[in-house]
Amino acid sequence: MAMEFLRPATWDEALAAKAEHPGALPISGGTDVMVEINFDATRPEYLLDLTRIEELTDWSADGERLRIGAGVTYTSLIADLADRLPGLAMASRTVGSPQIRNRGTVAGNLGSASPAGDAHPPLLADDAVVEAHSARGVRHIPITEFYTGVKRNALEPDELIAAVLVPPADGPQQFAKIGTRNAMVISVTAFGLALHPSTGTVGAAFGSAAPTPRRATKAEQFLAAELTESGRWDSRAELDPAAVTRFGALVAEAATPIDDVRGTADYRTHALSVMARRTLVWAWTDYRRKRVRTCA
Amino acid sequence: MSTPTRTEQNLGADIAGGVGESPLRPDGTLKVTGEFAYSSDLWLTGMLWGATLRSPHPSARIRSIDITEAVRTDGVYAVLTHDDVPGDNLYGLEHADQPVLAGDVIRYQGEAVAIVAADHPETARRAVNKIVVDYEVHEPLTDPEQAVFDSTAPALHEGGNVLRHLPIRRGDPDATADVVVHGEYEVGMQDQAFLGPESGLAVPADDGGIDLYIATQWLHVDQKQLCRVLGMPANKVRLSLAGVGGAFGAREDLSMQAHACLLALQTGRPVKMMYSREESFFGHVHRHPAKMRYEHGATRDGKLVYVKAQIILDGGAYASSTPAVVANAATLGVGPYKVRNVSVDCYGVYTNNPPCGAMRGFGAVQAAFGYESQMDKLADALDMDPVEVRTRNALHEGATMPTGQVVDSAAPVEELLERVKAMPLPPEPNASDLDGYDLRLLPGGVSNTTHGEGVRRGVGYAIGIKNVCFSEGFDDYSTARVTLKVNGGDAVATVYTAAAEVGQGLVTVQQQIARTELGVEQVVIQPADTGVGSGGSTSASRQTYVTGGAVKAACEQVRARVLRQAAKHLDLPASQLRLHAGKIVSADEAVVAAVVDVLGGETITETVTWRHRPTHPLDENGQGNAHVQYAFAAHRAIVDVDVELGLVRVVQLDCAQDVGKAMNPDAVVGQIHGGSAQGLGLAVMEEIQVSGGMVRNPSFTDYLIPTILDMPPMQVDVLELADPNAPYGLRGVGEPPTISSTPAIVAAIRHATGADLTRVPVQPHHITGTP
Repeated sequence: MAMEFLRPATWDEALAAKAEHPGALPISGGTDVMVEINFDATRPEYLLDLTRIEELTDWSADGERLRIGAGVTYTSLIADLADRLPGLAMASRTVGSPQIRNRGTVAGNLGSASPAGDAHPPLLADDAVVEAHSARGVRHIPITEFYTGVKRNALEPDELIAAVLVPPADGPQQFAKIGTRNAMVISVTAFGLALHPSTGTVGAAFGSAAPTPRRATKAEQFLAAELTESGRWDSRAELDPAAVTRFGALVAEAATPIDDVRGTADYRTHALSVMARRTLVWAWTDYRRKRVRTCA
Repeated sequence: MSTPTRTEQNLGADIAGGVGESPLRPDGTLKVTGEFAYSSDLWLTGMLWGATLRSPHPSARIRSIDITEAVRTDGVYAVLTHDDVPGDNLYGLEHADQPVLAGDVIRYQGEAVAIVAADHPETARRAVNKIVVDYEVHEPLTDPEQAVFDSTAPALHEGGNVLRHLPIRRGDPDATADVVVHGEYEVGMQDQAFLGPESGLAVPADDGGIDLYIATQWLHVDQKQLCRVLGMPANKVRLSLAGVGGAFGAREDLSMQAHACLLALQTGRPVKMMYSREESFFGHVHRHPAKMRYEHGATRDGKLVYVKAQIILDGGAYASSTPAVVANAATLGVGPYKVRNVSVDCYGVYTNNPPCGAMRGFGAVQAAFGYESQMDKLADALDMDPVEVRTRNALHEGATMPTGQVVDSAAPVEELLERVKAMPLPPEPNASDLDGYDLRLLPGGVSNTTHGEGVRRGVGYAIGIKNVCFSEGFDDYSTARVTLKVNGGDAVATVYTAAAEVGQGLVTVQQQIARTELGVEQVVIQPADTGVGSGGSTSASRQTYVTGGAVKAACEQVRARVLRQAAKHLDLPASQLRLHAGKIVSADEAVVAAVVDVLGGETITETVTWRHRPTHPLDENGQGNAHVQYAFAAHRAIVDVDVELGLVRVVQLDCAQDVGKAMNPDAVVGQIHGGSAQGLGLAVMEEIQVSGGMVRNPSFTDYLIPTILDMPPMQVDVLELADPNAPYGLRGVGEPPTISSTPAIVAAIRHATGADLTRVPVQPHHITGTP
């Protein structure tokens, strides 16, 4: 079976091509798609190359959010947006090797929707929104509704990811990932945390510990309530160690991991609780020192 | 020329780039700049591409193979099965027990069943998928202990599942001791993970024979097996070494060699085969997984009284080099220690797991994890320093091995340990300064899992022993042809061997030897091929010893002829002449002629087949002078462990090794760095995970090898205690650093965590205690 290679020059052409060939597989950096193709794990009838569409590689301020084009690489994101999106930048730094980061994109992570994608926990913790386009129009998909199963997402067959919309950090953010090597490693499990002092809320999410990337909602609610009721958002007083432990336990409770070639379910659950506790302490330490701007 | 002329007494400097120096590698610049042609870069116009159909089952019977649809595919030139093998459908290094293409029995997942040649690699791969094989799937035998002890287990080969049982018995079998420590240890299946995948190009020749360009470790053992498979004499099966991208033992067995030749002979076209990374994991043998039980008895002052051990090595589906791996694990099974009473039983067995064979360290790696873990356990039981308990029992020159062999050259076990112990320690981590952290220096690395929390430091020591060269009476030799002639006014030496340069630097060493022996600067290394006698295998840390020895001997013969010729011209006794830096020098240190003038238009060629001193088989009690030479390296590992997450960073890895003579000091240190890194990989990350005979992680996504952030800086101390039996006094270098690196790192992790850690690679959940 032949594979057609579509090279639209404009975004409208790309959307038209996707409408005409809903099975077309979009490709940008190719760091995931090409691996799948080389392994013969996927054989789409059409590959839809998006690299000629220059505007996809732009990011911009879009109202209260930053709009990150689908072609923005991890390397650009780290270079340009680390101050405004520290959690996503931290996760981006752990993606593959420099060569992979030079080509790979956050939108690619979303398209693949692997539970092990490094960008997912910070996107969940930041309340990101996926901007999906089709010839029919524009749809904004809240990130919590985006992941629908193992390597499945909420895109319609004729939709392409145009951008991901992420609010700039209003508080400290952290990301931690377990790998059995000290660099260039796929996650055994990963955790993203974002404190939102402007709204008194908390974002906490993990990867590789459930069929999809997932928010630890109870942990988020517990911590937000704890910080609000104790007045700590304002007092910036030290955290109650019991609350830190409880937060870690609630994150672990939200996970439903499996045993696989990269690690055991029990270890993943345990590691999530440790990462949740540690990242919370780091984030709170930053907050107490007011090292993080509070743009409310 | 007939009259001796006295010239100035200035003999000139030695020729640069000789033995003991570190000249640039002839292949170095090309490799660094990416221009070196590896076997995967081979190309001929009109060549076809081969692909292999492999069994998805570890144990099955083939009922039928239907190639109809594959043959019909456009662009396909040949589809071959076991019926198409003209000679014996069997190969193997010592025991020919492995089918080139499976006949009716499948013994491991990935076993080759059929091969296809097509005009495009993708077409070949598609055609492979159209071959229909009807398998009767069987329950695989995957437990090596069952293979040894359960007589009701299905026999995977005629003669049963125990491929070799080697007992070593010395001293009193009933010896008792005040202090006894027991341990059970496991070593996982490590992969050589060379970066250049299996590849080669087979070209049918006009004489009906075949020319194969191939990345291998031993051209002549490939040739011997191919002759049998192809049913052709050696003069029709000619092999040339293509660029080799690493080997580490994995290229000792055939992979695609026979397949490419069969397809080329069938189609009359050149056929290239190149494995993908995934296929490579199924296309070569791995390091034997080991299950080991040890019992060490000692006096209260830490002197070993006895060692008992049972070592079971899982050879997988076919023999490969398992019998020799068994010999190493058994004969070196108590380590570099003096023990009067020894009882070791080592088994190499057949299972339906992936075939295992040669990998750097070759049986000595597995045993070292066992005996060094035991020495630490003994130190704990005695409340003694781990270095102290080792030095109290250290082997030395003149001591007797458990095989009865007396160690007859330097065995600086105590000195190596003392040297690594005395090396400066890295600064202690400053746990209170959580702001001053550098993620790259912490366990978990750039993944940001700790800023110092939970991190504890540990220090561990280990020492290993390895035999150098082939053992047990093997006729181990190498052949070198050295030519000297004048070219463009300069004397130029050419060295021609069939010895495989696999990245270790043999070509450089050959040049150095020729420069030193012949006093010429220009040394051309001819491409290795089967046009000259065997160079033996690039394994067992033997090439500098054996091929180096052959080159040296051939150079000596060439030199003798030059001197005889000069003597004739000069009318002086040859015994009073010597060769120095392109000059003939007399007994009274006068330059009496130039080599170029002596040579004139003549070409002097000498071919030498060189053998190291003989070794001998082991008797029924494992007694005998089985080994040529012993080599030793010691490591000290310093690790930081995140005890809550079970993540490890090796902070420093220091090594002291005796190399007899550092033929090329830079290359020696490179071998020590690389070997230590490979041992680090086995300690903390490298394992082919096999479940039910199925490989679960055949990719570099999930088979992890150390990166530059995992491999720490090393302090390396190289000793040069000459072995009088070896050329230049040298001692094989490549393997010892792989052996002691692993147990030293695990000892350090135990020291940091208090965890037992009886299995390598150590995984995070072994440290955290979560299941």
